[in-house]
Amino acid sequence: MSKLGTLGARLHRGEIGYDFVGKRKLWYGISILITITAIVGLAVRGLNMGIEFQGGAVFTTERTSVSVSQAETYAEEASGHDAIVQKLGNGALRIQIAGIDTGKSDQIKQELAKDLKVNPEKINAALVGPSWGDQVANKAWQGLAIFLVLVVIYLAIAFEWRMAVAALVALIHDITITVGVYALVGFEVTPGTVIGLLTILGYSLYDTVVVFDSLKEQTKDITKQTRWTYSEIADRSINGTLVRSINTTVVALLPVGGLLFIGGGVLGAGMLNDISLSLFVGLAAGAYSSIFIATPLVADLKEREPQMKALRKRVLAKRAAAAAKGESLEAPVVDDGYDEDHEDADATPAVVGPRAQRAQPSSRGRGRGRPSGKRR
Amino acid sequence: MAAPKKGRQGTQGRPGRTLALILIAIVALTGGMFASGHSTPRLGIDLAGGTSITLQAKNEPGQKNAINPTNMNTAVDIMNRRVNGLGVTEAEVQTQGDSNIIVNIPKGTNSEQAREQVGTTAKLYFRPVLTTEVSGGDPAASPSPSASSSASTGSDKDTDKDKATDKATSSASPSATSSTQGRAVTDALKADPTPSGSGSASSSPSASPSASTDPATAKLQAEYTALDCTKKTVRAKAGDGAKASDPTVACGQNSQGQWQKYILGPAEVEGTDVDKASALFDTQGAAGWKVTMDFTSKGAKKFASITGKLAQNQSPQNQFAIVLDGEVVSDPYVSQALTGGSAEISGSFKQQEAEDLANMLSYGALPLTFTEASVDTVTAALGGEQLEAGLIAGAIGLALVIIYLVAYYRGLSLIAIASLLVSAVMTYVIMSLLGPAIGFALNLPAVCGAIVAIGITADSFIVFFERIRDEIREGRTLRPAVERGWPRARRTILVSDFVSFLAAAVLFVVTVGKVQGFAFTLGLTTLLDVVVVFFFTKPLMTILARKKFFAEGHSWSGLDPKRLGVQPPLRRTRRVSAPVDTKEA
Repeated sequence: MSKLGTLGARLHRGEIGYDFVGKRKLWYGISILITITAIVGLAVRGLNMGIEFQGGAVFTTERTSVSVSQAETYAEEASGHDAIVQKLGNGALRIQIAGIDTGKSDQIKQELAKDLKVNPEKINAALVGPSWGDQVANKAWQGLAIFLVLVVIYLAIAFEWRMAVAALVALIHDITITVGVYALVGFEVTPGTVIGLLTILGYSLYDTVVVFDSLKEQTKDITKQTRWTYSEIADRSINGTLVRSINTTVVALLPVGGLLFIGGGVLGAGMLNDISLSLFVGLAAGAYSSIFIATPLVADLKEREPQMKALRKRVLAKRAAAAAKGESLEAPVVDDGYDEDHEDADATPAVVGPRAQRAQPSSRGRGRGRPSGKRR
Repeated sequence: MAAPKKGRQGTQGRPGRTLALILIAIVALTGGMFASGHSTPRLGIDLAGGTSITLQAKNEPGQKNAINPTNMNTAVDIMNRRVNGLGVTEAEVQTQGDSNIIVNIPKGTNSEQAREQVGTTAKLYFRPVLTTEVSGGDPAASPSPSASSSASTGSDKDTDKDKATDKATSSASPSATSSTQGRAVTDALKADPTPSGSGSASSSPSASPSASTDPATAKLQAEYTALDCTKKTVRAKAGDGAKASDPTVACGQNSQGQWQKYILGPAEVEGTDVDKASALFDTQGAAGWKVTMDFTSKGAKKFASITGKLAQNQSPQNQFAIVLDGEVVSDPYVSQALTGGSAEISGSFKQQEAEDLANMLSYGALPLTFTEASVDTVTAALGGEQLEAGLIAGAIGLALVIIYLVAYYRGLSLIAIASLLVSAVMTYVIMSLLGPAIGFALNLPAVCGAIVAIGITADSFIVFFERIRDEIREGRTLRPAVERGWPRARRTILVSDFVSFLAAAVLFVVTVGKVQGFAFTLGLTTLLDVVVVFFFTKPLMTILARKKFFAEGHSWSGLDPKRLGVQPPLRRTRRVSAPVDTKEA
């Protein structure tokens, strides 16, 4: 972990940094590829809707000694779908299976009777409608639409419209990927899945907002300097929050991963698996998209502004002038290589007590005396 | 943004006091939880099982083909909203076959009440009273029936006047009605001079003079004479199958607890004209619990017109009856047109009754009549193993989180873990308390949501810690670093939590059922996150920043300047160039 520790320090000092914005085309490409895969998967395989959405059949048996989990296995074998089994007060079993029509229900009834060792005549079969009717689903969509509109308005006011657009793109990206994975894996879509998706929605925006918040802060006085272009500062703000992003994502993914791999792995398919898969994919995609898509997209949009274009011109002109004078102030990417080589060697012998920190190199603290306090 | 200000004063100035406050709050809440006897959250039907009610749609005479998928779905939707009330009870409603509806209610809900709520049709009509008398017993021996109608109706500003008129009427015509009932009804049905009949040509019962010979009228009269409201079976049948546009007979109980029978005119205002209804405790007057209704604009017009007409009549024809499922709930007098667009039903309601009635009126009438086919207890849909596996997996995941935090943040992880713990305890306690309070039930998706909330809660202090570390990297000592890092971290936390909360609030308001339950959990955890960070994490950090272990940057404190890569002044001479300048933004 000490590696990660110094990573934070070096990111902070800008000694190392990944050129997220510069290589955005690569990441856009990768994202588009993943999104297309997800959409194709969705189109080809479709979603496997659970009983809550499409209805199915419910079988009520007579009193039986077969356990609930055993009956669940039988029902899933007989039908090939997820089954919900409940024991009724009188010892009978109620078995609900999604996606069954009348023709198939007779066949399943026979098989169930054999497995459960009961008289098929005593099994009562009926078709059930979805407990998540159209109205419930419609309301959920309606809520989603209202929320998105509000959040775009909020982001446009609190930040700016470009960030609102970028956040929305990142959000759609996350949801598409998650739904696509669902289609590809073929898990049944249950209310749990939908709720997982809604959770992702909130999380994806949350994560994006944290990165944007730092971006907004760092670009506050951008036109008053001629050292960096917008894209470069965007890059710096991503790198500045990178440790936070990594830590938050790890902390969010660990328990969900526990649910998915341990809980789901031990028990096989189930509601737990459904929810944790959508959460796992969505959380990972949410962290990825806020760094690799949302922020570069903002930089892209921002660079189209005349103001930013002018700034870029000034910055480049200044760099050209500096280069002519033979100063090596700029071109941070080249310097990064240089620093990295020296960092490890430097860090170890430099033993500094807390007192020593106060004696700061004046160049490092240059921003501190200013009232704006940019570098906080 | 009141919270940040409070936070700054409270935490910077007296962190100890803030900490003590929140700890006392937690202890009090926990104590309350144990005192109330609900020490675990109520679980949803998928985790705990519950009661399953099967309702069968009943064919009604005169309504062929009423049992169709559209009506069934409407019924499911209405039942869902009735039984889920606030949307956090996790009840499930679905159709079974062509004419059945299954309602699953989690354990711990009052299933009797739920059964009554889902099955009641709640057909509400406002009908003019044509005639009325106390049913059963000797009419002459009974007290004046007009005095019995103590219930008052009207928009708020009219209420007092109404009451006054009520009194006046009852005293002025002490026993006018009981003796003249027979004649009154025939008069009313002949209907020519009485405004209730002639006033509205379109909907008057049998406004034509020929009505007296109308067999329907004679039949109604006969029905009325035969009606004995003291018998429960008779009562249930009274007015069965009556259409809204026909006059009918009905029973109702007056404030003395006597049964009263009525002949009622055609419905002038229907339940669908009610926009919203709510239960209210009347603190003035001794009316107790009552239900107030707001009409839709169409309903308000209709209501104004009917009350306007009725006000000109003599008793009892200046009364209208509020008829719910064939029974008269209230039969107030009208002294003037009520144009306020709202009305109230008062009766001898208990709180629960008033709330149930308001609930039903708000969510509408069922398009079909249902009978209970069966009631069963059911076990958890997911089985105990699923929950157990979830909890074990969650615990392992949490342990991994703690290991990661300790490895990365060292001493600081103590603050992180303590904050998570406080957050977890508060979530648990509040969820347990909300079970009995608003019927909140926790289902598996909500449990998973709470596990994700670990990430969101942890994010808040990760943001804070990273800010502090950045400050230290810039060469500050810990105490100023904490105070300078906090305002920025605070803003980030509030901005991002706001987005989360917005999502929760919108989903809660717009949606129904499970999504609403989820939105509630999300909103709750987001709020708790803010509370914990402001009133626990920050003050704790401030206090610990004074401790030598942290302030001096012990190598296990997580704030060791060396490990954080604070650059020694020595290096200044050598490395004055690029990396140093990249800091300037």
